[in-house]
Amino acid sequence: MAKVTIKVNGKNYTKSVEDRTLLVNFLRDDLGLTGTHVGCDTSQCGCCTVHVDGRAVKSCTLVVAQVDGAQVVTIEGMAKKGKLHPIQQAFSECHGLQCGFCTPGMIMATAGLLKDNPSPTDEEIYKGLEGNLCRCTGYINIVKAVKRSAKLLRGK
Amino acid sequence: MYALNYVRPKSVAEAAKFLSAHPEAKLLSGGMTLIPTLKQRLAKPTHLVDIAQLAELRKVEVKGGKLVIGAGARHHVVATSAVVKKAIPALAGLASEIGDPQVRNQGTIGGSVANNDPAADYPAAVLGLGATVVTTKREIAAENFFQGLFTTALGEGEIIVRIAFPLVKRAAYAKFHHPASGYAMAGVFVAQTAEGLRVAVTGAGPGVFRWKEAEAALAKSLKPAALEGAKLDASGLNSDMHADREYRANLVRVMAARAVAKLSGKK
Repeated sequence: MAKVTIKVNGKNYTKSVEDRTLLVNFLRDDLGLTGTHVGCDTSQCGCCTVHVDGRAVKSCTLVVAQVDGAQVVTIEGMAKKGKLHPIQQAFSECHGLQCGFCTPGMIMATAGLLKDNPSPTDEEIYKGLEGNLCRCTGYINIVKAVKRSAKLLRGK
Repeated sequence: MYALNYVRPKSVAEAAKFLSAHPEAKLLSGGMTLIPTLKQRLAKPTHLVDIAQLAELRKVEVKGGKLVIGAGARHHVVATSAVVKKAIPALAGLASEIGDPQVRNQGTIGGSVANNDPAADYPAAVLGLGATVVTTKREIAAENFFQGLFTTALGEGEIIVRIAFPLVKRAAYAKFHHPASGYAMAGVFVAQTAEGLRVAVTGAGPGVFRWKEAEAALAKSLKPAALEGAKLDASGLNSDMHADREYRANLVRVMAARAVAKLSGKK
């Protein structure tokens, strides 16, 4: 068993877990944070994207022990005081989803993208979301939502 | 995945000691290949020895005329490092094309080089630039390091510490991405080094290789057109559902021409 101490969405957790426990399973099963989804479980679809120490990663492809001592942000940590995060607001306004399964990962990947590049071009958005699959939308409204997110985050 | 034990040594020396005492233990760096491998139960290590957190493996610097990158440097860091961009911009560009953003935030150069996936990007740069792989035991020239499909010169318990890339006049990398995985269907790294022109090919064969005929042709005329007559034997190349060997051979030629065009600044 591994003892891990991780700050998730600003709150400290110390738990004993099996060494092979994946970060995504820790978040979902041990902490009850089921907003992070398991889509493909093979690090292709990006539904499980969370931020570890400020960088977007696929939580199905890390054992939780690897992030012992780190700060993790999940989709549940985005909204503050009942107010949607600007990226969540933009995905809602632009209807950047259909079934919504990929959306938590899309939003976390978008947050990562906009942190590095606050005003991405269409091409940069395609590249920035390369690690996330959506099987419903054809991405048109997702790209719109990312652009809207960028505007909202720039305060426009 | 099978049950295993996770350990996090405090130094490279401690990791090496642990490995020599536990022959079935495996080094874990970013884990972008290893964790999926474990999930498929294709490997059953007793221990994962995580060296990704070690600061001593993370340095990126220019030293003694070489760009020296610690084995633990993540792809994202290599892609965006001002030091790498200034010293060998083609290497930063190559790192920015690996996988996807989440993979680049986690995967490391040492892990990629040690794994020697036949479709990985870094081996093309390591061989193309004639880099040296520095391990806990010795220094290994790129030519001797890569030994075909997932095989390297690394011995039991030997750990890559850093990779030293000689600074070159110019270099460029062109890659044809597999549209789903992002791996190279063919990737060609061309470098104008002090010892002459080098062309390294990844993705197309069972392991990274130098395309000597192209090097000879480009030595005479450093133009994309010079590659038209360069011989490339397709018989040893990979052939699968994504591309047969003749198609891959053609991709190598096209990617090499694109890299040469990039070298001279022409699109």
